[in-house]
Amino acid sequence: TAVRFVNKKCYIRARFVYIYLSFCLTDYFSQGKNDSEDSGLRFATCQLLWKQINSETEKIQEELNKQLFDNLIHFLRQSHSELQTKKTEWMCRMKSSEIPTAALVLGVNVTDHDMTFKSLSEVLQDNVTPYVVSLQAKECPGIKHLLQKLMGQLMDCNVDVDSSEEEECVNISQKKIRCSMASLSKWYESVTKKTDSETPSKKRTSSSRHWQSPPIVVIFKDMESFTTKVLQDFIVISSQHIREFPLVLIFGIATSPMIIHRLLPHSVSSLLCIELFQSLSCKEHLATVIDKLLLTTQFPFKLSEKVLQVLINIFLYHDFSVQNFIKGFQLSIVEHFYSQPLSVLCCQLLEAKKRVNSLSHNQCENIRSLPSFRRYVESQVSEKQIALLTEDSFLKEVTQTLLEDLHIYHENYFTVLRCLHVFTTSLPKYPLGKQIRELHCACLGKSVWETEEYESAIQLLRMLAKDELVAILQKCAEIFISSSGKQFSNTVEKLEEFLARFQNLEGEHFSVGFRSVPSVEELSSSYIPCCSFRSYLAPAEMQTLNEVVYFNTANTLREHLNAAPRIALHTALNNPYCYLKNQTLKSDVGCISNTAPDICIVYKLHLECGRLINLVDWLEAFSTVVTAVEGTDPDAVATDQVDEIIHARFIRAVSELELLGFIKPSKQKTDHVARLTWGGC
Amino acid sequence: MPNFEHPEYPEATLLHLESMVPCRESQVSSLLSIFGERQHFSFPSIFIYGHTSCGKTYVMQTLLETLELPHVFVNCVECFTSRLLLEEILTQLQSLSSEKKHGSHVPCDTFNDFVRLFKQEIITQDLQNQTVYIVLDKAEQLREMEANVLPGFLRLQEMTDRNVTVIFLSEIVWELFRPNTGCLEPFTLYFSDYSIVCRDLKELRHLAALNFTKYCEPVVRGEANERDTRRLWKNIESHLKKAMQTVYLREISSSQWERIQKDDGEPGHLKGLSAHAHVELPYYSKFLLIAAYLASYNPARTDKRFFLKHHGKIKKTNFLKKHEKTSNHLLGPKPFPLDRLLAILYSIVDNKVAPTANIFSQITSLVTLQLLTLVGHDDQLDGPKYKCTVSLDFIRAIARTVNFDIIKYLYDFL
Repeated sequence: TAVRFVNKKCYIRARFVYIYLSFCLTDYFSQGKNDSEDSGLRFATCQLLWKQINSETEKIQEELNKQLFDNLIHFLRQSHSELQTKKTEWMCRMKSSEIPTAALVLGVNVTDHDMTFKSLSEVLQDNVTPYVVSLQAKECPGIKHLLQKLMGQLMDCNVDVDSSEEEECVNISQKKIRCSMASLSKWYESVTKKTDSETPSKKRTSSSRHWQSPPIVVIFKDMESFTTKVLQDFIVISSQHIREFPLVLIFGIATSPMIIHRLLPHSVSSLLCIELFQSLSCKEHLATVIDKLLLTTQFPFKLSEKVLQVLINIFLYHDFSVQNFIKGFQLSIVEHFYSQPLSVLCCQLLEAKKRVNSLSHNQCENIRSLPSFRRYVESQVSEKQIALLTEDSFLKEVTQTLLEDLHIYHENYFTVLRCLHVFTTSLPKYPLGKQIRELHCACLGKSVWETEEYESAIQLLRMLAKDELVAILQKCAEIFISSSGKQFSNTVEKLEEFLARFQNLEGEHFSVGFRSVPSVEELSSSYIPCCSFRSYLAPAEMQTLNEVVYFNTANTLREHLNAAPRIALHTALNNPYCYLKNQTLKSDVGCISNTAPDICIVYKLHLECGRLINLVDWLEAFSTVVTAVEGTDPDAVATDQVDEIIHARFIRAVSELELLGFIKPSKQKTDHVARLTWGGC
Repeated sequence: MPNFEHPEYPEATLLHLESMVPCRESQVSSLLSIFGERQHFSFPSIFIYGHTSCGKTYVMQTLLETLELPHVFVNCVECFTSRLLLEEILTQLQSLSSEKKHGSHVPCDTFNDFVRLFKQEIITQDLQNQTVYIVLDKAEQLREMEANVLPGFLRLQEMTDRNVTVIFLSEIVWELFRPNTGCLEPFTLYFSDYSIVCRDLKELRHLAALNFTKYCEPVVRGEANERDTRRLWKNIESHLKKAMQTVYLREISSSQWERIQKDDGEPGHLKGLSAHAHVELPYYSKFLLIAAYLASYNPARTDKRFFLKHHGKIKKTNFLKKHEKTSNHLLGPKPFPLDRLLAILYSIVDNKVAPTANIFSQITSLVTLQLLTLVGHDDQLDGPKYKCTVSLDFIRAIARTVNFDIIKYLYDFL
């Protein structure tokens, strides 16, 4: 049963996101319970925000991959030029018979690889060669399929080089390509000859992008899943033709490059000239994504501590997949804009201020019912309280200033957070976490200065050596200067003053020697409290109107992203009321209601059995439960045969259970079925 | 006076041939006598075997080309189906005498068609009066094809009634080929290794090519002359050793090796492929892998002892069955059902783990990463069984990262 879920899981998740997004049209937003509350505008805002975030993530991805791709292209160029210079020296002849191979170690987050390979083949097609082929293990169970796939993709990519060649391509595919290396090399010869004989103007355009006699790049996306035989055969065959067409292999490796030695015997791996390339680790990738998407005022939308924790936990505990993290982030955005009517204000500050003016009375009431706003009202003087609660126009005015405050709070928060991070990363054992995301979570949730970890961090800070402290302070000063907030100019001045005093101490240090040490401590202790910036790091929940931009229903997200199908199935069958919400189904724990669907009755009965279930007993129990309700005399039924209809219902319910994977027919005993699950879940 | 004597061929050709095939004179001369004169019928099939790179392919190619005998040379790995193989032979046959380089494509599905087309082709090419040689390189692949292909080739002369000889080249002995339905026995010929020491001439050549410049360095600098082998050897010895540990095992590539040589750097800073053995895994995947390892190497009956809190005193010797006395690590991993894996997982992870879809998909991920293998068929949905395929070193490294003392839980180390 589990495996069935496993195989379906990915599909279900993809499907879910797809459905979620394709249906999150305007009507979906307005169909919800909160219509008349700017649903159209919310939808548009949501779309716009996601578009911006999506393009930002793509940019991040591109930047992170750039180094790797540059290295790969350099390798391709080098091996290609070696192939081109057809030296007669036996040494070069020896080497040229090896197939240049790049072993690309990408990490275990397989779901992210597709994206990487997609952009890799795009980059290669743009800069190196039109002939890029990506192969997946499941498409290539045998060498024949592999060659078929390879040639199919090559003939196709021929089309986009020059449209005039299209006709011939059709011809080739029509007469059913013979899948052998010989025909491949014949094809390559004809293609390269054609480009050579082209008009000079055309030649120039093609050669500006692609190299002369462009190599054929074959990418094995998931090296681990390929069978040894297919890989070996392919390498042996193609090594015999390497002089006829330049071939370069790229192995996509998820685990470690050792897999090459495990898959290929020495006689085969000796035909390769393998070089290793390593992509950025997924954790670093995530850190960049969090840094660019979450720890910034660029996007108005924010995640609360719990939601962020759910997303990070899925990443760290389950899949290491940055793509899934972003998908989860996307889901939070959609969910926030859908469920929170005030999310209409979750946009850039200027726009939000404009939108406040056109809020309906309903929306004003929504603002008044926000917990954070109620807290705010309570702290005001009574006349103002009345005005806030009764006058919509006054409320709107106040809301505008509050939104501005919230914006300023964020600006300061991120700057100060980065400074604090500079301090905490230089401490031994990282009491507040090594990554900035850990620090961020700690600050989001509660007042960080009240925690024990903060105390110990401050203790450790006091013990820092002077030069370390100076370095940290310099970094902090840089962060403050580069930040957009103007209110830090004072702090920067102060900081520079401190730094200057430290420098002076250095001078003293040489003359006075040991006596300068206490003064360093004194200085640092006088400095540290001022850098704690308590007001700036106050948790987001304390901020008025934080509900507008913070998404905090972590449970919804967890249910969607980290679903527990076995538990859900058990709940559905054991307690149908949970999903059907039919009052008659409400029953005590342990007793079997006869109004429940047949499958539930059968399921509950089967929970009481051992590993093997007697079908006759089961049927009898089922019939007893079902007939008991109808109020007929149980004795009359007992003497009679089981009703045919009840029998049929029973058979149907049992086969449904079998379909769900709870039982299977057993050959150990006649008229018995075997249970496939243990316990209740 | 040449070693080879044959009335058919001029002496100069034979001399040339001799210079081309050092150390293979005896084999070549026996082949020459088997072939006889051009129009003579030869053996229907010849089976040549010997270790890798002992010159089988090279000798055959040189022999047939130097003596200008009509021949077809096919690699059976490349032609992975019988249809491709037969068509390839016919295509090459077409281009034997005609001027055009590539023969046109001849569709040929069965061996029956092949015999018919082959006969036709011999007549159109006017080859009735000479022996045609068909060389099948890497002939062990023939065993994978249809059952009639190998016996068919062995009897090709008889079936086509033409003067044709099929030569099989293989790395394994004829006994492993012989079909159980019986067949015509070929003439077998063994190619011995070139020397006792050299196992793989290609590799020797490869390493020599890579290190020759280094070897010559003292001569170039004028510190030694070409005959001063001892000094030259001393100079190259340590270098060669390094090469054997790296390039030979394909730990680093030949071009990387060349770059190191050019820079005169130490290969130390360049890590080989095996140096990157560490695999970073998600937290629960690590525990899943540890649980799988425990399930694979501990007998199921011992789970109680390791994972129940009040298991009572069970001494190792008392409940040992006889066959369990041998080390489980020597026997290799044993398959275990999914339920057992999950049960162990729940007891070794400190906090509560819900059986979420993510956990199940992590198991499948581990299978695709080849860290676990699925025992039995893919589409067996009920009660799947797995095996853990990682090594003890690997799992210890993984366990260390999550502070789990795996040795304490392994039955073999009790």
